[in-house]
Amino acid sequence: MSSTLSKRPIKGGEFLIRSTEAHEIFIKEDFSEEQRMMASACKDFIRTEIEPHIERMERLEEGFSKKLLQKAGELGLLGISIPEEYGGLGMSFNTSMLIADVMGATGSFSTTYGAHTGIGILPIYYYGTEEQKKKYLPKLISGEWAASYCLTEPEAGSDANAGKTKATLTPDGKYYLLNGQKMWITNAGFADLFIVFAKIDQDKNLSAFIVEKSFGGITMNEEEKKMGIKGSSTRQVFFNDCKVPVENMLSTRENGFKIAVNILNVGRIKLGAGVIGANIMVMNYAIQYANQRKQFGKTIGSFGAIKHKLAQMAVCNYAIESAAYRAGQDIEDKIADLEKNGLDPIQAKLKGTEQFAIECAIVKVLGSEMLDYIVDEGVQIYGGMGFSAEAPMERAYRDARIARIYEGTNEINRMLMVDMLIKRAMKGELDLMSPAMAVAQELTSVPTFETLDTSVLFAEEKDLLKRLKKAFLMIGGKAVQSLMMQLAEEQEIIMNLADIMIQIYALESMMLRTEKLVAMRGEHACQAQIGMVKIWADGAVSKIEHAGREAITAFTAGEEQKVMLMGLKRFTKYNPVNTIKIRRQIADMLLEKNEYPF
Amino acid sequence: MKILVCISHVPDTTTKIKFVNDKLDTNGVQFIIGPYDDYALSKAVDLKSEKNATVTVLNVGKPETEPTLRKALAIGADEAIRIDADPIDAYFVAVQIAEFAKQNQYDLILMGRESVDFNGGLVHGFVGEMLGIPSLSPCMSLEFVGERTVRATREIEGGKETLELELPFVAGCQEPIAEWKIPNMRGIMTAKNKPLKVISAISVENVLVHRNFSLVPERSACKMISVEELAELIKKF
Repeated sequence: MSSTLSKRPIKGGEFLIRSTEAHEIFIKEDFSEEQRMMASACKDFIRTEIEPHIERMERLEEGFSKKLLQKAGELGLLGISIPEEYGGLGMSFNTSMLIADVMGATGSFSTTYGAHTGIGILPIYYYGTEEQKKKYLPKLISGEWAASYCLTEPEAGSDANAGKTKATLTPDGKYYLLNGQKMWITNAGFADLFIVFAKIDQDKNLSAFIVEKSFGGITMNEEEKKMGIKGSSTRQVFFNDCKVPVENMLSTRENGFKIAVNILNVGRIKLGAGVIGANIMVMNYAIQYANQRKQFGKTIGSFGAIKHKLAQMAVCNYAIESAAYRAGQDIEDKIADLEKNGLDPIQAKLKGTEQFAIECAIVKVLGSEMLDYIVDEGVQIYGGMGFSAEAPMERAYRDARIARIYEGTNEINRMLMVDMLIKRAMKGELDLMSPAMAVAQELTSVPTFETLDTSVLFAEEKDLLKRLKKAFLMIGGKAVQSLMMQLAEEQEIIMNLADIMIQIYALESMMLRTEKLVAMRGEHACQAQIGMVKIWADGAVSKIEHAGREAITAFTAGEEQKVMLMGLKRFTKYNPVNTIKIRRQIADMLLEKNEYPF
Repeated sequence: MKILVCISHVPDTTTKIKFVNDKLDTNGVQFIIGPYDDYALSKAVDLKSEKNATVTVLNVGKPETEPTLRKALAIGADEAIRIDADPIDAYFVAVQIAEFAKQNQYDLILMGRESVDFNGGLVHGFVGEMLGIPSLSPCMSLEFVGERTVRATREIEGGKETLELELPFVAGCQEPIAEWKIPNMRGIMTAKNKPLKVISAISVENVLVHRNFSLVPERSACKMISVEELAELIKKF
């Protein structure tokens, strides 16, 4: 992508301590005609193959989802960023994000698709031997075979490495016998291949295996009765002396946990992209309904309370779009950079994604929470019809809820982003300490009052962003300094720090995207987007102020607490913005276009 | 066998139509291959494997129609031609197509029964006449019964008519002549390597002048009247 060629390299998590220029990020509007055509073909696929048959999918009609996967395979949708030699298209990471985005509108199928193309195919592509790749990838990418990923167990959910499934070598040394129970296994009902995590003998860490259904010794419970994504097959899977040839071990012994973690990084950011399609679908229904439904002699879209909801939904989606594609491109650029420096392409992909694990977690949490807001307001705008299973909102609402749970719960992801940031600082990979110390100094010095040239686009917001980062460094730095190893036990404080990180990343991404758009289209054409940034900034300030105050109060006292709270106030100062007026303008635009137009 | 498919570049059928200065406001409008033209293209792509045909797709339009042509290439056309002109009316478009077809000798010329922007449904008839070959529309099926003999059905008032005719001819297509095709990802990737030629339009005498456009007036609210009033109103008319 030429649009980000001139960027300075950035490290994962580094956004908290440095600024980024608008031209350095990728925005959704940068997608090429070819990529847009792919997205549009994917929409056609959804319109013709999925939408008319939603009921069949939702009642888990035998063979239906598998057939859909096959059709998706025929169209080339199952191996977007896998090299052509294995049957894929060899397209960029962000292209696969775009397709995940569009697929997000399919509810249950987006989970089927995500599990197959993500946690199903990627472990083999990233960690498989050449033989394993040649043997399995073409079958999976064509859709001939469906894949499934068996990590979670009754006693091992978030604590995945606590799994009890055992792998024992047969006396002849040719097979591992798998024994154990896995649960919440997506695509289990029709999968031909399972990526299974198990511990060999008394190992401390998991190992991973490629298991074909035909190996035998695999049984299943009935389909789980779930709140949502009812059309996605989810079962418990039992392995009883399942005989796996030794050559089907993936990577090396005890490397399974690492595989799981690395694959989940990709899964997380893709989930963040996947919510976009769902958001847009729900917003479009809501906007159209607000334009049609009349009460008190007027369309409900003409009422301020509904305009507020519509505009806020758009703001939420604009935030996740901006964050997801920015992070996606950062990963892609890092991969390209590592490859250029001679790293093997697979290693480059793994290292490049791992580098942005913090952003992947942010995008996952932000995306799933924006989706939940949007579906909730979608139901509300539909009123009584929103509660009816005859209208589309009810299903969208139920389907959305899982996003905050799978691919690592949002709580685990919040802990992970803070933990990883601190670890990187400790290892010296990210210099958080010097800026944190500078902020601490600033707290006790006389504040300087710079005058801002407010005629420059986002002058205030840029200044605010700098200060919000200082707020994070102040609280995070102090928390690390005073709580040290104990911080890991103070999960509430970690949640607060994570919330601040997420708000900052979203605000910065939205602002940079809008700045880049203004450079492309002019300020006049981007009034709605500029408004959305201001609305987010206004909300971020109060959220950060609240999270910051809660954290500071929890681990400081006396004069120190007073100084920090004053600092927080200074760092979160933002001139009042007439958000009601801006929201009305945005809502009017949505209603006029009768869809989400960004 | 050489097939020419003529496609229109039209606003998506769900577009909210607005006019600015007597012209369609294209801001934010998604353009697509005319849905009826899409049937014609799908039929031609089916014939590619069936009859070993080559498919040329043509549009009369300005550069902004090229993405639509590239989509047709992604679906399976072998080459694309854009006749560089603002398509003024059906006569203008038909003259351009006929001129191009004359020089390139096609066995079959397919297009939609009508474009979905102006819905004129005239171009296929004009082209047939200008080339001196038969034309039929709306063509609902088209099967080869001999090397150059085709059995086609068209919709007529109150029924269907089955015709047998020899190549070459022109057909304005509609469903169920073929199933719409979704371009596959590989097709999209190879589309950029297929030729897309731009040729100049020939000058055509202006036979039609657009005065202005206006939206269909909004339906006014329904007024309830009594039976007596109704009788009065009928008398007035």
